[in-house]
Amino acid sequence: MRDALGAVQSVLVLGGSSEIGLAITRRLVQDRCRTVVLGVREPDAGATRAAVDDLRRAGATSVEAVRFDACDTATHQAVLDDVFERFGDIDLVVVAFGVLGEQTDFDTHPAHAVEAVQANYVGAVSAGLVTADRFRQQGHGTLLVLSSVAAERPRRSNYVYGSSKAGLDAFAQGLGDALVGTGGRVVVVRPGFVHSRMTEGMAAQPFATTPDAVAEAVVAGLQKGREIIWAPGILRWVFAVMRHLPRPLWRIVSAR
Amino acid sequence: MAQPATVTELEHCLDGLDGRGALARGLGRSYGDAAQNAGGRVIDTTGLASLELDAETGTVTASAGMDLDRLLRVLVPRGFFVPVTPGTRQVTVGGAIAADIHGKNHHRAGSWTDHVVSFRLLTPDGVVQQVSRDTDGELFRATAGGMGLTGVVLDATFRCPRIETSRLVVDTDRAADLDTVMALMEEGDRHYPYSVAWIDLVATGRHLGRSVLTSGRFARLDELPASSGDEALVFEPLELVGAPPGIPSGLLNPLTIRAFNELWYRKAPTRRRDELQTIAQFFHPLDGVRNWNRLYGPQGFLQWQCVVPFGAEATLRSMVERLARSGCPSFLAVLKRFGPGNDGYLSFPAPGWTLALDIPTGSTDLPRLLDELDTSVAEAGGRIYLAKDARLRPELLDAMYPQLPDWRRVRARVDPDGRLRSDLGRRLGLC
Ligand SMILES: Cc1cc2nc3c(=O)[nH]c(=O)nc-3n(C[C@H](O)[C@H](O)[C@H](O)COP(=O)(O)OP(=O)(O)OC[C@H]3O[C@@H](n4cnc5c(N)ncnc54)[C@H](O)[C@@H]3O)c2cc1C
Ligand SMILES: NC(=O)c1ccc[n+]([C@@H]2O[C@H](COP(=O)([O-])OP(=O)(O)OC[C@H]3O[C@@H](n4cnc5c(N)ncnc54)[C@H](OP(=O)(O)O)[C@@H]3O)[C@@H](O)[C@H]2O)c1
Repeated sequence: MRDALGAVQSVLVLGGSSEIGLAITRRLVQDRCRTVVLGVREPDAGATRAAVDDLRRAGATSVEAVRFDACDTATHQAVLDDVFERFGDIDLVVVAFGVLGEQTDFDTHPAHAVEAVQANYVGAVSAGLVTADRFRQQGHGTLLVLSSVAAERPRRSNYVYGSSKAGLDAFAQGLGDALVGTGGRVVVVRPGFVHSRMTEGMAAQPFATTPDAVAEAVVAGLQKGREIIWAPGILRWVFAVMRHLPRPLWRIVSAR
Repeated sequence: MAQPATVTELEHCLDGLDGRGALARGLGRSYGDAAQNAGGRVIDTTGLASLELDAETGTVTASAGMDLDRLLRVLVPRGFFVPVTPGTRQVTVGGAIAADIHGKNHHRAGSWTDHVVSFRLLTPDGVVQQVSRDTDGELFRATAGGMGLTGVVLDATFRCPRIETSRLVVDTDRAADLDTVMALMEEGDRHYPYSVAWIDLVATGRHLGRSVLTSGRFARLDELPASSGDEALVFEPLELVGAPPGIPSGLLNPLTIRAFNELWYRKAPTRRRDELQTIAQFFHPLDGVRNWNRLYGPQGFLQWQCVVPFGAEATLRSMVERLARSGCPSFLAVLKRFGPGNDGYLSFPAPGWTLALDIPTGSTDLPRLLDELDTSVAEAGGRIYLAKDARLRPELLDAMYPQLPDWRRVRARVDPDGRLRSDLGRRLGLC
């Protein structure tokens, strides 16, 4: 059960190998989260096993990795039903999976772009709706959706990714409204540039941050009952301006 | 939400449950999630409020949904009082048993279930049984303080003390620091049946723990002014006034709380004797303001109440210090000495000092602060009050409630399929 200060006791991370997802989970385990389920494409991979051990050492008592592929939407109902049935109430479900890809690659291989959009948007809609139904049944639960500042305004350099996140962000907000009164909630997280596997080798953007800092912001936001969490918080104001820049100016600013 | 309107309906309120189970609710005055059952059935008992008084003995049989306000309106004019009253009259007889509530007279009179002779309990097997310490002592002890997880109390029989008047003779003492108030209470509790101290948890340094102690007893008839003879037993609590609408969010913020505490301490008399107060003034000051909790704005607030045993005064002191130093100022903190506890497996009161706080939830330091306080309480052999809890770490529960295994055994007997469920129970692993 989520407590009055937003601390949760059980979490399911979809995209459970994500660095940001794991940072959030570690932070929750430090608090009082004891049940962790990682939904990953390869439950038996070495990195997954290391993550499971790491969370056990940190204090989680029940940790397991289950097979989950965001693109394999036909399996979502069964995978999530199994988790909710075996582990009891799940207080928090994190949608952490995501594919950034490279715009130059997408430009030449549209099929790759479709794959990314399948994961980022279609997969999240599917898993999100199944989760919402389970939340209605258990009468509580929070869906934490890792959107991005890229959802706020498309940029030349990653507009396929940005557009998929914009769709995801809109979906998550709408789902949150649909769940009002059921006990279920949706929280949208909009990180800026985060140093993780996803951005390895890329030049850092202004206000770049780390997975641990995002986790900290998420925990604070959950405590305060926020529906949208920016990480770092200042990006809320930065994008309040960016959103309204004239297009020619935005093209210049966003190209840097 | 089920709202049984007849006893027969109430007796069948546990039929046909699914996995999310059911839970009885009174007036929902427990601060945390004790009276919530997400996704499951909640049985609102307040539709049933009948009452029988044996005016010879002061023995009352009341349905679970009867609240203390209505009870007092019947009892007081007939020369009786409730055995125990919390800081609000808006609690039901069922809620009083389930939380084994305590009041300003705990050091003298114990808690609510000490005065309960028997109750009728509906268990998930559909059976209704009359439970007393003699018929099924274990089930009595598991239900007293059992937070509704052993069955639905349908009605209860309890003893009420006599009063000559509805006025209290009240003494007030201002204490400059923690040691002073504790010494005053130790001495005073021998003389007064009712006592409580309001403690300023914002003041630091030599003012640390400064308090206003009020102690009282019911007035005898000959202590009322001669003219008020016929009105000796009137009970007319002021009608509720709403908190002003549109209060700016967070009116009670760290600065204003500091100012409030300062003001309230300064306006208290240094020492006053024999002041006559009404029952509502003395026992239920917050009931005068409806929606008083709105003063905290939409962020809301949290209650936290612990007891630490006598002998652990050093722990109490260090907790007061930590609270005063923290950036999480507390409003309306209360300090009281408990007398002996009873044998309810999860009953909260135990001999020692109880401290109850009201803290706005905004601060990001709050979770860690309260976690640390919980740990100190557990290490000192104390415990946290479940009726007010909303965030305790479940790991600490076993240490705080050593009779938990007995409670679990009885629960397994009366509710083997775990049909009685609450959010508090889920959070703490009780169900
Ligand atoms: C302003 C204020 C001051 C307070 N001061 C004090 C105080 O001084 N001392 C103190 O001890 N407490 C105090 N409390 C807490 C309050 O007394 C308890 O939480 C009490 O249990 C609330 O009663 P309720 O009828 O509202 O019960 P609810 O809050 O509705 O329920 C509380 C618990 O009782 C169970 N329950 C309710 N009815 C039944 C039933 N028929 N059968 C079985 N289980 C049932 C519920 O399942 C739940 O677990 C205070 C609360 C407030 C708001
Ligand atoms: N890093 C940033 O700068 C940044 C900024 C804003 C938002 N975000 C978002 O934050 C989330 C986490 O990102 P991160 O930084 O932690 O990067 P990350 O470590 O690369 O995490 C992305 C995760 O998504 C998983 N994934 C990809 N496709 C999947 C699929 N079809 N099914 C299941 N899982 C799949 C990957 O799993 P595998 O291990 O199997 O590949 C990987 O664990 C993403 O949604 C990302 O878009 C990141």
